[in-house]
Amino acid sequence: MNARTHPDVLLSVQDLQVHFPRKSSWGRPPEVVRAVDGVSFEVRRGTALAVVGESGSGKTTTALAVMRLAPITGGLVRLGDTELSRLEGEAMRLARRRLQIVFQDPFSSLNPRQRAGDAVRAPLDLMKVGTPAEREARVAQLFAQVGLRPEQRHLFPHQFSGGQRQRINIARALATQPELVVCDEPVSALDVAIRAQILNLLRQLQRDLGLTYLFISHDMAVVEHLCDEIAVMYLGQIVERAPRQAFFASPLHPYSVALMSAVPTVAGGRRRAATRIKLSGDPPSPIAPPPGCRFAGRCPAAEPACTQEMPPLREVNPGHWVRCRRVEVVDGRAQPVIRFDNA
Amino acid sequence: MMSDEKLLQVSDLRVEFKSRQGTAMVLNGVDFELRPGETLCVVGESGCGKSMTALALLRLIPSPPGRIAGGRVALRGRDLLACSEAEMRAVRGNRISMIFQEPMTSLNPVYTVGDQIGETLRLHAGLDARAARARAIEMLMQVGIPAPEKRVDEFPHQLSGGMRQRVMIAMALACRPEILIADEPTTALDVTVQAQIFDLLRDLQRENGTAILMITHDMGAVAEMADRVMVMYAGRVIEQGTVDEVLSAPRHPYTQGLIECLPELGSSRDGEPGPLAEIPGVVPSIWELGQGCAFRERCPHAHARCAAEVPPMFAAGGAGGHGAACWLLAEQAEEAMA
Repeated sequence: MNARTHPDVLLSVQDLQVHFPRKSSWGRPPEVVRAVDGVSFEVRRGTALAVVGESGSGKTTTALAVMRLAPITGGLVRLGDTELSRLEGEAMRLARRRLQIVFQDPFSSLNPRQRAGDAVRAPLDLMKVGTPAEREARVAQLFAQVGLRPEQRHLFPHQFSGGQRQRINIARALATQPELVVCDEPVSALDVAIRAQILNLLRQLQRDLGLTYLFISHDMAVVEHLCDEIAVMYLGQIVERAPRQAFFASPLHPYSVALMSAVPTVAGGRRRAATRIKLSGDPPSPIAPPPGCRFAGRCPAAEPACTQEMPPLREVNPGHWVRCRRVEVVDGRAQPVIRFDNA
Repeated sequence: MMSDEKLLQVSDLRVEFKSRQGTAMVLNGVDFELRPGETLCVVGESGCGKSMTALALLRLIPSPPGRIAGGRVALRGRDLLACSEAEMRAVRGNRISMIFQEPMTSLNPVYTVGDQIGETLRLHAGLDARAARARAIEMLMQVGIPAPEKRVDEFPHQLSGGMRQRVMIAMALACRPEILIADEPTTALDVTVQAQIFDLLRDLQRENGTAILMITHDMGAVAEMADRVMVMYAGRVIEQGTVDEVLSAPRHPYTQGLIECLPELGSSRDGEPGPLAEIPGVVPSIWELGQGCAFRERCPHAHARCAAEVPPMFAAGGAGGHGAACWLLAEQAEEAMA
């Protein structure tokens, strides 16, 4: 899709594949789970790209593959000039300084027997950043940066609330001054009132430190609030990718439209529920995905041709990519196949 | 529906938990009523007592350490708290049933879904195995599961998350209960599946006249499902009213904060969205409630009276019984009088 990398681009992912082989057992033949099946995107420095989709779409596996925490079976992942997908051993370990992750569950992602300050200092110790005294000062600074009091360094995780624990996780992720921070559903385990605090913090930190986010989420409203660009995944593939305003003003892929219409809103209430686009059934299995468009079986606008051939991801408006053969460009503007009044 | 009749009336419900730290009041005088055929949504942050309220109605509070310390739960005038355990068993799953957040852990992995739906029917309706199976197939069809005569013999692990929640709903509705308690029924599901489950609940409610008590933390879901809403904070109901009253004109500062701090779709329509409103601080620990309004530490309008006395529920006007437990309402009423 992109022949050369623009200097602004920090993360470039090309045709990424993560396939998990399953051995045969109990008479079942061996099979391959195509969790991520040919995903390409770029994230520019200082911006946030959201990868959205439902469970099983491969969004978290994509994030883990970028972090080299899931096996890459094909394609390239490049961070700046470094080809992450080719690094091994010590070289990979050192590169981890440049990319860090914040996980979804603030409870299971902290060691209950490690003090909060030690958890935040651990990456500095592992990477041998500065002298021990400098590390201690850096931990205090990080605590202040994420809105915790430096003296809370000496407490254990159970002495913090969920929102505070997520602040500790963010401080730990920021310890080595990473360029890329992968956020895997960082607010979905938090209460609504706390969610706003953490979202505001993430945005503040991005501005202050010039961070680049790869933001994994299923919450469209959160994504619209925080991210500059959106990629929608369905069954291991990106079906639409667009800048925020273009996407939320007019999503093009029928799945994106259905996904948006399914979100209940305070302003929409029952009127929205009554007019929403209903999807029947469940996504097909990633073991033997159907030929053709993977959404065709549930798509309200599918034609016979949709099931024949996999549509390519094509650019229909500047920066707006969609994997649907039915999206047409009329007078220079791409027209969605199905519409939903989002007001 | 006969909307004026009181199906369920809960008054001054108190639940306490004992531990080495002392006794904590988890529910501190909860009052509400549920009318036939309506949907009442209970909203609040974790630990506010919303799930505890549901468990207390069915007398399922883990005891010890928990205990229903007082109050009344009247189902068509009969106090469930005064019933014997045998009488309660005839109510649970029959007149009041419940669906839980995580469908996988609430289904038994070693029984087929048909057995599990049939169990309720054999127990409460006295059906034999063959009749129970036939009715289970009927229920599966009603909740929109394709090929029900095949699915009835499958085990929970063979179904997707959305289908499992449909099985839970089929189980809960098999005996045509008067009340269905749904504790975050879609939190573990994807939004497109959530939309299917909400449609299903609305359709079944219309057909059977079941009253739904739905616990949720999602204000969008409230707007879509509720007829009436009650907002809980630290073991008390702090605001209640019709869905329009509470969501469009909230009177309690906590409810106002909850609605303002939500990121909503359409925030980027006029360019970069501004920062979200925040409710500062965290929910107080149940061990540190003390005197006064539990929200005062986080409240932008807190004053001396809030620290001295817990505010009772004040009427906020309007036809839907809108009220909020906040001293501001009393003071506004006094000013209007003067």
